[in-house]
Amino acid sequence: MPKAPAGTLYRGREGMWSWVAHRVTGVGIFFFLFAHILDTALVRVSPEAYNEVIATYKNPIVGLMEVGLVGAVVFHAFNGLRIVLVDFWSKGPRYQRHMFVAVGVLWVVLMVPFVIRHLSHVFGG
Amino acid sequence: MTAVAEAPAASSVVPSFQVTVRLRRFNPESDTEPRWEDHTVTMHGTDRVLDALHKIKWEIDGSLTFRRSCAHGICGSDAMRINGRNRLACKTLLKDLPLDKPITVEPIKGMTVLKDLVVDMDPFFEAYKSIMPFLITSGNEPTRERRQSPEERARYDDTTKCIMCAACTSSCPIYWTDGQYFGPQAIVGAHRFIFDSRDEGAEQRLEILNDRDGVWRCRTTFNCTDACPRGIEVTKAIQEVKRALLFRRV
Ligand code: SF4
Ligand code: FES
Repeated sequence: MPKAPAGTLYRGREGMWSWVAHRVTGVGIFFFLFAHILDTALVRVSPEAYNEVIATYKNPIVGLMEVGLVGAVVFHAFNGLRIVLVDFWSKGPRYQRHMFVAVGVLWVVLMVPFVIRHLSHVFGG
Repeated sequence: MTAVAEAPAASSVVPSFQVTVRLRRFNPESDTEPRWEDHTVTMHGTDRVLDALHKIKWEIDGSLTFRRSCAHGICGSDAMRINGRNRLACKTLLKDLPLDKPITVEPIKGMTVLKDLVVDMDPFFEAYKSIMPFLITSGNEPTRERRQSPEERARYDDTTKCIMCAACTSSCPIYWTDGQYFGPQAIVGAHRFIFDSRDEGAEQRLEILNDRDGVWRCRTTFNCTDACPRGIEVTKAIQEVKRALLFRRV
């Protein structure tokens, strides 16, 4: 029996891509939390070791990763609310696309000031 | 009076153009993998993707295999993936597609390809069967028709329009990876009876859809709603079933 052919990528719209982005950010945040629990647990091993590890985070690369992390959390949070409304608000499915736009707008509104402030800390010292 | 056969005047007015159709083909007798095949044909502004497929099959390669019956968007036979999205070939006008690029035509995803654009629909119909798509009642048959108010009828009006083309189910990313999922169409079919005031099988159907592979697998990607050629708000129907389960109210 032949396997179902892969073919081209399915050209879904906002709904599908928001779902993909929700998955990706969700998995990303999970791995961050995993690392975060590990490094925080280090305090119990030795506070000095903890300080040492945290000190290694103070570089521009981690600074940029933090932008990614905040971006992922903000998207995941707002899109999560959108999904709740899609499932629980009777008009939710009809307005899912509008709500997706709202998620995008809120994301930009929150991220722009954050990125400016954060990166001026990271690079400005 | 003798009827004079009218010359097909329209075709001289209707603009014609060249279309390249990129078909995803698979012959189970000779191919191990599906392959792409291009055909360029001259078509008219009033033609649909189905007409292009007919032209290829009738004039170029008779072995091209696809399903179609009514050719008017009613039978639900010819759902296929046109330019990456599920559409009925008989309802998609060529002039609405970008013609500078080849038009890709593939079988719908998530089901086994039998030949070219024909897929095995059995699991799809099995899912539909399992939600009991028929009126369930108790007591004596009324001597007259079973009455229903316009408001009661309106509750499930949307889901009566389904033609079982599978465009929704085969557009669902959950269904692609988990063929056990009932899929949007089966839920649409169940919705049509669950919210019918004359039907008494709502509890049983809700129980079936409360299953691991039932409505809770829906991740609201809205691919089904975007794909449905009947304009059914599929995701909304699924949401209504979810809410009926949560709040135990039909
Ligand atoms: S709900 Fe729409 S897309 Fe799905 S099978 Fe019915 S008509 Fe086709
Ligand atoms: S051929 Fe019947 S729906 Fe397209």
